[in-house]
Amino acid sequence: MDLLLDAVVIGVLLGCFYAAVSLGLSVAFGLLDVPHVAHPAFLVLAAYAVHFLNENYGIDPLVAGLLITPLFFLFGLAAYRIYYETFEKRGSDAGVRGIAFFFGIAFIVEVLIILQFGVDQRSVTAPYVGQAWRIGDMRIPFRLLVAFAVAGALTILLTLYLSRTFMGRAIRAVAQDQEALRLMGANPVWIKQWAFGIATAVLGIAGALLIIVAPVEPTLDRTYIGRTFCVVVMAGLGSMTGTLVAAIILGVAETIVLTLFGASWAPAISFAMLLGVLAVRPQGLFGRLS
Amino acid sequence: MNRSGIRFWIGATLFLAAALLMTQVIGNQYPFFACYVILQFIVLAVAWSILGGYAGYVNFGTSAFFGVGVYTAVFLFKAVGAPLAVQIAAAAVVGALMGFALGLLTLRMQGIFFSIATIALTIVIETSITNWRYVGGAAGIQMQRPVVMEPFNHYVQMLFFVQALLVVLAVAISRYIQNSWIGRGLQALKDDELAAECTGVPTLRLKLLACVISGALMCAAGAPAAMYLQYADPSSAFNLNYSVSVLAMSLIGGTAHWAGPVVGAILLGTTQQLLTVTISSEVNVLVLGVMLVLFVVAAPEGIIGLIRRVRRNRNEGEG
Repeated sequence: MDLLLDAVVIGVLLGCFYAAVSLGLSVAFGLLDVPHVAHPAFLVLAAYAVHFLNENYGIDPLVAGLLITPLFFLFGLAAYRIYYETFEKRGSDAGVRGIAFFFGIAFIVEVLIILQFGVDQRSVTAPYVGQAWRIGDMRIPFRLLVAFAVAGALTILLTLYLSRTFMGRAIRAVAQDQEALRLMGANPVWIKQWAFGIATAVLGIAGALLIIVAPVEPTLDRTYIGRTFCVVVMAGLGSMTGTLVAAIILGVAETIVLTLFGASWAPAISFAMLLGVLAVRPQGLFGRLS
Repeated sequence: MNRSGIRFWIGATLFLAAALLMTQVIGNQYPFFACYVILQFIVLAVAWSILGGYAGYVNFGTSAFFGVGVYTAVFLFKAVGAPLAVQIAAAAVVGALMGFALGLLTLRMQGIFFSIATIALTIVIETSITNWRYVGGAAGIQMQRPVVMEPFNHYVQMLFFVQALLVVLAVAISRYIQNSWIGRGLQALKDDELAAECTGVPTLRLKLLACVISGALMCAAGAPAAMYLQYADPSSAFNLNYSVSVLAMSLIGGTAHWAGPVVGAILLGTTQQLLTVTISSEVNVLVLGVMLVLFVVAAPEGIIGLIRRVRRNRNEGEG
């Protein structure tokens, strides 16, 4: 019983971390309909950038994550522009070739990381990595608590941004009805580009969390395709609170399976849940039927 | 049979004769190891295009079907010591059933949701096989070389010829589908599923049929792979690289015609073999990614599309 309680607590913390790495995809795929399968690859890229800054200049991983955020924002702006010019503007068949395009990008990023850093696992050094907090028999690693706190803050910030600011509301408007936005005199392409920039910028911090929580390796993105898409689809496309709840469900499910059946079953959990959600309730837990 | 049909079958016969002749003349085994992989990719790419090209459903689960083919062969070999032909036939049956299941599971999904579901299916099956001790689990399993039959003097030559037979089978099926009502129906549901349904095209049945045929061919192509490597392990049998390579080959070749995936597979497969041998497998994956992006952006119709455009321009110039 204690074991199960442990699993639930750790699972909730882990779930918040999953929410942080899925938020960007929730905007890019959930709101903008971009089939962004390269999202996890960008996430791993951010983790390696954090690792680079941490190892060479001794910068705290979270600070390093903040430092690369503006760069990732610009990167996101450029990436969407290319995607728009080559696919959305031409119209037909954008979905099929869009996925192929992003898969190609993901593979290129993966190999560039391998060529630069090798295939070994990399991690960061920080005061809170490796320590743990004990409550009775329970042992909670600090790194998970850090991830939990930062992820929570990030989710709240992004939710507020999307609901309170002008640009945030514009992004949600463009997701609902692009043509109506055009009639209001706004440029939907620019708003989508901005949103994609935000979605990619969030990855700076998320990448820092990724490498704080566990060591990273270049092909880690393949596992995270399942986790991030599972969270975003289960949440109902584009819902931020839904993303948090779905991520926590996934985190708890993963740790419980891990405790009961062993680590070798873990990779299948997110994908199996994703498959289940797609087959039974494609609109997600918090989505409405369009 | 019309004229193009006769030409096709003459070409196929010549191809098989050439393959058989190769096994008798060339003593060095290396070319067969390399060509086997290229032939295997031709089968996979042609099979992929039946669902992905004609029907427009982008399947990322090629590695799932391939891996299930590999493990069907492993299981049969370990359980009853089944011969190669039985392994391939059984893999085709399992692949057809799996395609049917995939089709039923994804009836309501379109576009990227279908693609994501197929990736998910791959990982779920891979994890199940990883946890199945009988077929070796995560550590993999050693296989014995198959018994070499006459007229071949080495097992790789035999597998090479078997794979060549599968190529002819796959291409013939794909060509038949393209020229029949099935192909036209799939084309219609690719363009507009709702409109196709309304005009009386049985979209549901066609989609299931495409899933079944495509799945059976992919699994059959995977079955000899365990014997080829004399080893099988889940992480390489279900590697996502198979899915993306096959997708890249079909898109590079062009999916509008059955010859597209064949051209793409030969081109990219040969390049990959050369790169793996001369430089490294990382560069190989890099080239795969770059070619995929380049073709998707610059030549969305693939090589077949480029050729058609050149021809059309020439015709317009003359007329």
